Amino acid sequence: MRGFGWRHAGRRAWAVRGVDLRVESGERVLLLGPSGAGKSTLLAALAGLLPEDSGEQEGTVEIDGLDPRKGRERVGIVFQDPESQLVMARSGDDVAFGLENRGVPAGEIWPRVDEALRRVGFPYHRDRPTAALSGGEQQRLALAGVLALRPGLLLLDEPTANLDPAGAALVRDAVAGAVDADTTLILVEHRVADALPLVDRVVVLEPGGGVRADGTPEAVFGAHGDALAAEGVWVPGRPVPPRRATAPAGDPLLAADRLGLPPRLAPTDLAVRAGEALAVLGPNGAGKSTLALLLGGLLRPGAGTVAASPALAGPDARTPPHRWRAPALARRIGSVFQDPEHQFVTGTVFDELALGPRRTGSPEPAVRATVDALLARLRLERLAGANPYTLSGGEARRLSVATALATAPRLLICDEPTFGQDRRTWLELVDLFAELREAGHGVVTVTHDPEFVAALADRTLTVSRP
Amino acid sequence: MITLEPVAAPDAPLARRNPVAKLAAALVFSFIMIATLDPVAPAIAVAAELAVLPLFGVRFRVLARRAWPLLLGAVGILVTLVLFAAERSGRVLVEAGPAVVTSGVLLTALGLVLRMFAVALPGVIVFATTDPTDLADALIQNAKAPARFAIGALAAFRLVPLLGQEWQMISLARRARGVDAGRNPLARLRLFVSTAFALLVGAIRRGTRLAVAMDARGFDADTPRTVARRQRFGAADVLLIAGAAAVAGAALTVSVLLGTFRPLIG
Repeated sequence: MRGFGWRHAGRRAWAVRGVDLRVESGERVLLLGPSGAGKSTLLAALAGLLPEDSGEQEGTVEIDGLDPRKGRERVGIVFQDPESQLVMARSGDDVAFGLENRGVPAGEIWPRVDEALRRVGFPYHRDRPTAALSGGEQQRLALAGVLALRPGLLLLDEPTANLDPAGAALVRDAVAGAVDADTTLILVEHRVADALPLVDRVVVLEPGGGVRADGTPEAVFGAHGDALAAEGVWVPGRPVPPRRATAPAGDPLLAADRLGLPPRLAPTDLAVRAGEALAVLGPNGAGKSTLALLLGGLLRPGAGTVAASPALAGPDARTPPHRWRAPALARRIGSVFQDPEHQFVTGTVFDELALGPRRTGSPEPAVRATVDALLARLRLERLAGANPYTLSGGEARRLSVATALATAPRLLICDEPTFGQDRRTWLELVDLFAELREAGHGVVTVTHDPEFVAALADRTLTVSRP
Repeated sequence: MITLEPVAAPDAPLARRNPVAKLAAALVFSFIMIATLDPVAPAIAVAAELAVLPLFGVRFRVLARRAWPLLLGAVGILVTLVLFAAERSGRVLVEAGPAVVTSGVLLTALGLVLRMFAVALPGVIVFATTDPTDLADALIQNAKAPARFAIGALAAFRLVPLLGQEWQMISLARRARGVDAGRNPLARLRLFVSTAFALLVGAIRRGTRLAVAMDARGFDADTPRTVARRQRFGAADVLLIAGAAAVAGAALTVSVLLGTFRPLIG
């Protein structure tokens, strides 16, 4: 790769520029860089997935001396989202899909499918429906689909970002066990500590262009660790400071009594108080997200009750939250969904933040003041005119939290707010939640993130599978 | 809830036939049935369809659940025609205020309902007994459909059940944002349109990611594809198509012989 640069059609800025990089066969490289440094674009270029007519190229990329668009069968790539990279309804068929495309003779296909499934430790028969797999298992299957093609270069673009810790461990083990000595590996991953056992070289991209650092993990983190941590990379060995509550919790806000929704959630008791951060833990399938929706007044309980206190709802406390009108609900309980994009309603970041206050009847000057304060607080000023759907993962998360705060609810309910976030956004979220708690808000978070719980939570509640 | 999985016992003699053969048989049968307006031929056809149902491994109760939109349509046709038909020939059967039900009207309505079932049931049966993957494979291998189309449609099809969950999440997220329509029908329509738009945006983005992932695994390569799952098209499959044509033809013949035949054209 010499002086490589790429600009997507219709964009003014280069996604990546001035990259000189030589990777030898059999090397395992961790590719790092702050959000927006062009890591994914670089991987797409190596995978031959940037058609010539989709942008403008500088410099050259070669794989074994070939243009990657022509040498596609030497490269395999696994993406972030398991849902959108599985093609077929049955697991074995999905692995066979790539082999069929490459014209592998029919007699060789099934032995190679079985071999690839074995290499990634796929625990089921090949007839297993792909829809019945967990996220971690789906990513293992996607990896098998790529390995079956026997690529010389394997590219992994944050393959564990959408997974809970158990699923992420499944995928890492599969990568560690499946990659052999002559496979070259290039991995993009925020969570450096998890990635280090897989790599022997670290390359850091500079957001403005070029390569900032290149070398062994010890050398790179020794020289650039602090700067990288400040830019959001999860550099190992840098613990995050806990934010403890400074005052005891206040009035109760919301109480659940034998609250359940068969078959998704078993009966659960809980109470949230003002000035308290409660973390809801539990394995996949325990109904944590369902609990968040029930507490948020978005689903009708199947069993038991949710009751708001007069402190939260005034005279409306007599009716359960799921019966309240939406504007009244938004003023009292804010919900932040796991996927920020589900929550976006308007065409710009500014309107997105203004929507809640306008719906709840604030006068326009007050709306403007609220929006400006939130834009500044969550580092979104520069993006006020941008379309919410074009934001990066971290920006979209900050916006979705900000929209819930715009109507100043006493109670905030978040579903996996720190999922896949870089260190910088992560710290900002912890700070923000701590501030809210200080100001007498209640914060409930459904989470798989042990560091987040350690840093913030006053209390935890563990739900188990119904 | 939309289910796309086959509901039949997969080893029933006719369910096992090549998916393209089943599809062709259903099309042939339905096209012949469209040709007539009389109630006799469709009645025979529906009887024949129900008679072969066990050979497809489909139980009547399961079929009724699958075909409930058809049943609803049938009731609609009956009510509409009985109440509003302009031509009121034949003997008066019931007279209740402005509603006059005559034997002629009832016969026409019955004919229409029977035709609808005769034409639609073969399709329902085929899709109830066919795995979508097998259908795509057979379309490529036996009907020479382009793989880019058949596999692409199959992959898109797999994402359909996700849309239902997405719709629910988007609707709930809107309520959480303070957006609801209350009882105002105009606001309801606006909310529906904007939810549908958000769903569409999400579906397009997911579809694009899926297309890139498929191309990364060589889907767009010029190499001729091989097939991992061979679909056979044998004599039994030809017989199935011929049988469907014969039964439909026989139903028409009976209708002509009885003098009830009324061609669609002419």
